[in-house]
Order: sequence, then structure tokens, then C-alpha cells
Amino acid sequence: MSALVVSDVSRNFGGVQALSNVSFEVAPGERRLIIGPNGAGKTTLFNLLSGVLAVSDGKVMLFDRDITNLPPYERAHMGLARTFQITNLFPRLSVLENVLLALQAADKSAFSMLARMRANRPLFHNAESLLQEWDLAAIAGRAARDISYGEQRQVDLILAMAMRPKVLLLDEPTAGLSAAEVVRVVGMVRSLPKDMTILMIEHDMDVAFALADRITVLHQGRLIAEGEVAAIRNDPHVSAIYLGAD
Amino acid sequence: MLRVQDIHTYYRDSYILQGVTLELKPGQVVALLGRNGVGKTTLARSIVGLTPAKRGNILFKDADITHMPAHRIARMGIGLVPQGRRVFRSLTVKEHLQVTARGHGRWTFDRIVELFPNLHARLRSLAGKLSGGEQQMLAAGRALVGNPALLVMDEPTEGLAPLMVRELGRVIESLKHAGTSILLIEQQLAFALRYADIVFIMSKGRIVHQCTPAELVADADTKARYLGV
Repeated sequence: MSALVVSDVSRNFGGVQALSNVSFEVAPGERRLIIGPNGAGKTTLFNLLSGVLAVSDGKVMLFDRDITNLPPYERAHMGLARTFQITNLFPRLSVLENVLLALQAADKSAFSMLARMRANRPLFHNAESLLQEWDLAAIAGRAARDISYGEQRQVDLILAMAMRPKVLLLDEPTAGLSAAEVVRVVGMVRSLPKDMTILMIEHDMDVAFALADRITVLHQGRLIAEGEVAAIRNDPHVSAIYLGAD
Repeated sequence: MLRVQDIHTYYRDSYILQGVTLELKPGQVVALLGRNGVGKTTLARSIVGLTPAKRGNILFKDADITHMPAHRIARMGIGLVPQGRRVFRSLTVKEHLQVTARGHGRWTFDRIVELFPNLHARLRSLAGKLSGGEQQMLAAGRALVGNPALLVMDEPTEGLAPLMVRELGRVIESLKHAGTSILLIEQQLAFALRYADIVFIMSKGRIVHQCTPAELVADADTKARYLGV
């Protein structure tokens, strides 16, 4: 069984064909890198997988279940989580509250308002230990809008991981991070459970090549290459359109 | 060109810039490095008038711009490529490049769309519909058509594919040769060091180190201490 099967998926916006007949499969536990020039359709692909956008045509299967027409929250409950290119935290809530909300969302039985959540001790402890684990306990009490951009990206990643997803979509997880933070985030992704399937859009090739098993290359909405890291790295066509010659 | 003298800037209740001093000469590229959260973006915002300094002075071409409103600072010739793009979602690509066009400099509408073919292909698209990387190109293009004398770039490579990062590098070189000063805030160390004449490192709201790119490359101590590499 594949974790994810994308069959002949297309999406257009008005007259613009953002994705055309894209098909690929991702095995359980695989770390798949999605690369391509700016505007190739990478984020659109993630929006179709997470259900934020509907496909114009084609089919998406998650662990053999057809999810093509499911809304985002149902896909999330089935174990699909994502991070965003630009973070999507609740700006006025504290970091801890943001984590609490994510944990609560992951645990369907604990549905309650934020005020009552604070009384839910196990949830509270869970959130605190997550922040501690990732060395972010010092900013737990600060409003999300007041922490630095790099910290916001890390919290975003923790929120996605707090959902304990089976399939995790990471949209440029290291963009805008300092060199030290990049190392941390790479470590975070590396330490995720081996059976978690990860699809990642990333422009930092050192990061990408360090984490990926296989690479899928998009160009102008089409899938133009797919293969092992080394093969794609040495593919002259991929170099010409994406990496650039040295 | 630009002289920042002992500025102190607050962001809501937080005391962010705690006495920053730096200088940029015409045609000079200054890289501003440091971990996230040390005040680099706040410094950029203080210079362009979005978060004015409470104390200290900022002089641009010898005029005191410390408390000048942002639109007047822009008209005086300081351009900003903001972190996180900040494009106007409801304007088209073409409108972006028209409303900010200024002066009779080298950076015309035609030149920008030649430089960024993605933008040329999507002139009539709303900026909010562009991909992240395309929005980044638009943010750069929008600043360039203003033909600024000083360009403040806050992480301009974020979200750009490797090929476009090289293209942006060529733009910076060309600006530099034309005498434009650039304050480059950048997390991609190799990129910053390749184009900078001088490097300033910030930590906790202050400039803590100043050196040449070559000196920084050789200084493992400073890199480890302030950049974590």
C-alpha cells in the first residue's frame, strides 16, 4: 500500500494551468522532496493534497482511501498535516496556547474552549514538554506575533508534529531561518518517527539532499522528472531549469 | 549615504534596538547578519520609517529622516524589499510595477519584466495569486522600479529557487556598480558574503562585530558565537 497516490491531477486558475496531469506515488515512511522553479506548482500541489484547493481533475488517495473530495479537516483527522510557506499561527495567542490548540485538534475527545483547556492538565503538560523538547520553553508565554520569524517557523513545525500525522507536508521549512536554526530544523525532521511519510518543498539543496530519499521535479505545472537523489542531482535538464550551472 | 547614530527602537513594550550605529557609503553593500530575533528587521523598519526610533538619529544624504513618515523617506530614495514579501494582494503584477515606478533611472518596467520572466508571464495576475517565489520577485521588482539610492533588502532570497537566487545576485552586482547602496539582511551566509563589502553582526539589539567577508570566513569563533555555524 502506498501512503499517497496522486493520479492525473490537474488544477487551473481561470486561464492559468497551474498543474497538468501530475501522477506519482509515495511509499509509507518515505521522505520525498518536491523541487522546481518558482511558479512550477509546488505549493498548489500541497494545497490540493491538503484539501485547501479542489482538484480540477484527477484523484488523490491516502492509504488506499480516496480523499479527492474530502474537506481539509477530514484529511487532517485521517493523519495528514502540513506547514505553510508563510506561518499561520494565531498571532494574539501565546506560543503555548497555539500548541494547546493543535494538541486539542489532534485529540478529538478533548474538544473544548481555550479557557477550559487550561484546566486540562495532561494536555497542558503535553504542550509544555513539547516546547521543552524543542528548546522553545523560554518563549512559551509570548504572543505568537511577538516572537521572531524564525521562532514562528519552528512553532509552526511543532504544531504540525503535535498532530502526530501519518503524512506530513512541509512547505519550505527552513526558509528565512538562520544557519543555526536550519541545523535545528533539519535535526527536528530527522528525529521524526521513521514510519512518518514526509513530503517536503525546499530550495536549500544542502537541506533537501540531506533529508530526501527521492525527488520529484515539477516544471510549469508538469512532473518532468522523478528518481533517487543522486540521479536527479546529476540530471542536466534539472540543472538547466532549476539548479543552474556552477 | 546613510548614517545610523545610536538609535533605540521599541516595538510595543519590547526594547529592541539598544543603541545601533552604522554607516553606508555610496555603492557599498553592507551585510547585516545575526540570529533571528536580534533586531535586524526592526533596524530595517526604523530606517524606512515604519517603526521610528525613539532616540538617536538616522541621516540619509545628510538629511535627518529619523521621524520622517515612511512615504517621504521612500520619495527621498530609500527602497525596501520587505521580509515576507508583503505584496498588495489586490493589485496586479503590472499595477505593482507602475505605482511604485519613480525617477528616470536604469530600472524601468521593461527591464524588470525582462529580468523576471515569471512576472512577465503574469502581468495581469493579482499578486495574491502568485506563488511565494514569484511574490518575492515582485517585491524586489517593486523596490527596483523606484530607482532607490539606497535599497534595504530583508531576506530577499527567501523562497527563491537556486536559479533565481543567482539572478538576484547579478542584480545586486549591477546595482552596486551603478552606485546604489544596499543594506542586505540575509540568512544565506554564502550569498551575503559573496556580495557584501562589509559585514555587521547584530546580537540582542546591538552591533557586536564588524569585519570584511573574508575575515568572517576565517573567524570560526565569531561565526559560532553569533551565527551558530
